[in-house]
Amino acid sequence: MSLIADDTLYQVLSPTGEVVGSVPAIAPAGHLNLYRWMVFGRVFSDRMTALQRQGRMGTFAEVKGQEAACVGLAARLTEEDWLMGSYRESLAYMVKGVPLAAQLKHWGGYIPDNYPFEARCLPFQIVLATQVLHAVGIAHAIKYKGEPHVAVVGIGDGATSEGDFNEALNAAAVFELPVIFVVQNNGWAISVPRHAQTRVDSFVRRAAGFAVPGLRVDGNDILAMIGAMDTALDRARSGGGPTLIEAETYRMGAHTTADDPTRYRPPEDLELWGRRDPIIRYRKFLMDRQLLTDLEDEQLQDDVTAEFEAAVAEFEALPPQDVAQHFDLILGNPPPQLARQKAQILNEQ
Amino acid sequence: MPKLTMAQAINNALAVELEHDSRVLVFGEDVGKNGGVFRVTEGLQERFGEKRVFDTPLAESSIVGSAVGMAINGLRPIAEIQFLPFALVSFNQTVTQAARMRYRSGGVYTVPMVIRTPFGGGVRPPEMHSDSFEAMFAHAQGLKVVAPSNPYDAKGLLHAAVDDPDPVLFLEHMKLYRSLRQEVPAERYTVPLGRAATVRPGRDVSVFAYGAMVQLALDAAAQVEKESGISAEVVDLRTLAPLDEAAIAASVDKTGRAVVVHEAPRAGGLAAEVIAVINEHSLYSLLAPVERVTSPDTAFPVPKLEDIILPNVARVKAAIRRTLEE
Repeated sequence: MSLIADDTLYQVLSPTGEVVGSVPAIAPAGHLNLYRWMVFGRVFSDRMTALQRQGRMGTFAEVKGQEAACVGLAARLTEEDWLMGSYRESLAYMVKGVPLAAQLKHWGGYIPDNYPFEARCLPFQIVLATQVLHAVGIAHAIKYKGEPHVAVVGIGDGATSEGDFNEALNAAAVFELPVIFVVQNNGWAISVPRHAQTRVDSFVRRAAGFAVPGLRVDGNDILAMIGAMDTALDRARSGGGPTLIEAETYRMGAHTTADDPTRYRPPEDLELWGRRDPIIRYRKFLMDRQLLTDLEDEQLQDDVTAEFEAAVAEFEALPPQDVAQHFDLILGNPPPQLARQKAQILNEQ
Repeated sequence: MPKLTMAQAINNALAVELEHDSRVLVFGEDVGKNGGVFRVTEGLQERFGEKRVFDTPLAESSIVGSAVGMAINGLRPIAEIQFLPFALVSFNQTVTQAARMRYRSGGVYTVPMVIRTPFGGGVRPPEMHSDSFEAMFAHAQGLKVVAPSNPYDAKGLLHAAVDDPDPVLFLEHMKLYRSLRQEVPAERYTVPLGRAATVRPGRDVSVFAYGAMVQLALDAAAQVEKESGISAEVVDLRTLAPLDEAAIAASVDKTGRAVVVHEAPRAGGLAAEVIAVINEHSLYSLLAPVERVTSPDTAFPVPKLEDIILPNVARVKAAIRRTLEE
């Protein structure tokens, strides 16, 4: 694999789970950890959607279908590396170290005050592509301080049309920064298909225009994602500058629980991409290598479901959102008028 | 003590910051070798090197968005936007990102950074250079907005802005860069954010102003005193967000009359907020309706109209006199 701006799709596992490329060095426990996160991601996405339907969760953006891309972009980062993304990177955040409890609070309508600093994940972004410039700034600070760390940023195919994405690629190249842009090309920006965002046939070619090396990866192939991230991370840590990874995947669910994709999505898409499911593919690989049995797989499904439900029980037992906190988080040293406004609202309680 | 212009005082403050704190970086368009289009960063790159003081690509959102990331990751960025109207390109990064990160992250990540930018009329550059868009930023939550009126305050406020735990928009009125000199200490000192200053005590009427309008207010106050014996107090707001409400109320409670002056257009401008503060705290002290002297709700004037459209001493004097009419 070379870092050139061609759009050859890098693949290790074919959609049917056959090994078609060089498998990155991963210990057996590492394989099972990756697989566990992917299974967890599917359970998380389906259960969060169900909870929203029951009125127990706020608006939620599904991860379904993108588990390999999300897990792959985060799995090889160290604790000191940084990760930022949009709402679509929620699973990647948990792999990086943001607890499920923090995701439940964030999606559940509380102030998300339980992202640990040590996870080095910024609250998932809503104003899309702004986070790409934050990654550039974080990487600038990393380089200035002479640290061996990397800033990784996730972004969707739609948000690549934003100015901030293009400004970020340019600045990262100019300053030769240790940053990795991971474009999760899931085919849709809410209802607008990929081909209506740009006439360029691959985002790798967009990167080439900024002199940023790119890799086009099968984003439903966890091993290809790991291999690509390893290449980009090595490059960033050794002073080689930025890389863009295009993870070609597919959003199997809705944009969010507020969206109805039957209004715009051809049904045959789901059938096509269902055959490319990232979890089925990896499970076959693991079973072929005798790293996983059917029994263990069933047990794993039960374990991650129980883990999720236990966290939901804790979430639902949380006290109401503290009103005072709403005022205390605007400024480090709030002015007297804010204290008066706070007292007024609190007195009405 | 040396007498410095405001440009020199800010240059000195930046040098002091770069000298005493290795986390401080100074960057923006043309701030390096060129020393900035107003020469405010002159000599800094030569003295502190290209890692500390550097030119960026011509992209304002990139400048501010990168600064957000730097601040989160432990640096103290001082970014320059070449002219305030260009800061609207980076408005989103300033308002929804820099100003909101503390809240959005539940206080886990903060953004201590300064955005310096020239603004204001009177130097007749091409269009879209001089507009006073400060009220748009003052309305953002989590952002402080500062506008010094003189070299001494400029240096002290800039040091305070660097010390502040949150993002600060630091507005440098272009007309003030070289129009007056003041004794400015060489060492580091701070002028607190959020505090107005009574720059001329008076009994009969309070004139509130900031930036270059402070000098206008002082000139008007001196003239009405000489011509009519009117004792006008001039209060320099210095920080536009958050406003020093106590100082505004205290002055109006003393004088019973008020005039608010700004170069920005009238509707939704900061004068409206100052008057609302007076209503909330000091309505019963008022002896006359509060006057506003502002630009009209038009575009910033072309150079041939600046002298006619922008506030001037005569208009401030007339407003002062109206508050004293029986």
